[in-house]
Amino acid sequence: MEIKGIKDGILVNLENQAWQDVKDDLIEQIEEKKDFFLGARLILDVGNNVLRAKELGELRDVLADKGVVLKGISSLSIVTQETAQLLGLTAKVHQGKKKSRNKMKPLDTVLAGESAVMIHRTMRSGFKVAYKGHVVVLGDVNPGAEIIASGCVVVWGKLRGTVHAGAEGDEEAVVCALDLSPMQLRIATRVATTPKRDGEPQPEIAHIKENQITAEPWQY
Amino acid sequence: MTGKVVTITSGKGGVGKTTTTANLGIALASLGYKVVCIDTDIGLRNLDVVLGLENRIVYDLVDVVEGQCRLAQAMIRDKRFHELFLIPAAQTRDKTAIAPSDMVRLCDSLRDEVDWIVIDSPAGIERGFRNALAPADNVLVITNPEVSAVRDADRIIGLVESEEKGPINLIINRINTTMVKNGDMVSADDVVELLAVPLIGLVPEDEAVLVSTNHGQPVVLNEKSKAGRAFLNIAKRLNGEEVPWLALDEKKGILNRLGKFISGGD
Repeated sequence: MEIKGIKDGILVNLENQAWQDVKDDLIEQIEEKKDFFLGARLILDVGNNVLRAKELGELRDVLADKGVVLKGISSLSIVTQETAQLLGLTAKVHQGKKKSRNKMKPLDTVLAGESAVMIHRTMRSGFKVAYKGHVVVLGDVNPGAEIIASGCVVVWGKLRGTVHAGAEGDEEAVVCALDLSPMQLRIATRVATTPKRDGEPQPEIAHIKENQITAEPWQY
Repeated sequence: MTGKVVTITSGKGGVGKTTTTANLGIALASLGYKVVCIDTDIGLRNLDVVLGLENRIVYDLVDVVEGQCRLAQAMIRDKRFHELFLIPAAQTRDKTAIAPSDMVRLCDSLRDEVDWIVIDSPAGIERGFRNALAPADNVLVITNPEVSAVRDADRIIGLVESEEKGPINLIINRINTTMVKNGDMVSADDVVELLAVPLIGLVPEDEAVLVSTNHGQPVVLNEKSKAGRAFLNIAKRLNGEEVPWLALDEKKGILNRLGKFISGGD
């Protein structure tokens, strides 16, 4: 990966390497050279990578957490260019090569979605996730682990730790799990604990109903 | 000879790390291996007492790391097994006296000379634990069938995993057979289910452990003790031997289910 300073900020050329690899590399680089990147305005040349709003939005959030402003995306892919435009991340490096083509508005069936993080592992005691958005865990959340999300929390496994959904006050946030037995469950400003239960656990969803947190079996 | 480093840890104090280290060291030596036990609990050393070698300490771990003595000078030979050695911790210093890199270097220089290096970790998750973990090839996490010990074991396993050390195996120590029978104790099944790491040992609660600890004669030397036999089995399993599980008079079926979990977990 090539990093150089230009007039508008720092230009990082990721060339045509696979997005997942190169993204992690970039974050690692930024962590290593914190001082250099802190407060920097970053322009990313992603080559031929096809990136959608979810990926770019996620990157922007991760970078923002590290004090780096993602200012622009430059790409050869038209999809990526459109995504970047949508997110207001425009930059002009590859523009000379851009092909002109007939613009036709696509039918409005592509959902933008909302930002979420995915944790594909069991969260053991002492592990914590705090995220502005939704949190999805594919694994168990053990007692002593903590999830704080401004949105919803979905656990595909046993939820036994502490969880706070709608941490910024969203009362519509929900928490669901295959086995919903959290140490403590918070939604917005309400708090609940898990009552003693018998029998096999079943998937449940917890939300605020008539001013208190209620868990109900998952209907499918 | 390429020695393997086994680190014994638990997070919580008092669950049996030192007892396990001493017994495992002796068990491995009795199986004919050359073994070094290292006590990394600097400032609160105990392993020398449990092994009954307290009165022979001249040099310790910190002396070796600081170059005050040669490695061989700090290795105390056991009275019973001539292929068993102890490198004791310093009592007058603290955990910051050595760094994880020192432990890696020390163990690397021991690997050519011994079969097994068994490291006793201090309680906690700070420097001492990091020192003990750094050189590990195998990590044995000890817990008791008790909620707080299991919670700490879970935390420790998480930390070991994030250091990418392992394989991790679990030892459940001090299982009280009558309490389990009456349903008054967390069952070994529940512990294994929560921690989700392969089990390598189930050690029953046994008065003989306390008696032998006080005499500096680890319980594994006592053939009549169930706990002693359990420790010997752990040593055998560590060497890849398949050893049937001791009947602990648990509820019927539990051990069968555990057995399934173990074979599935490897």
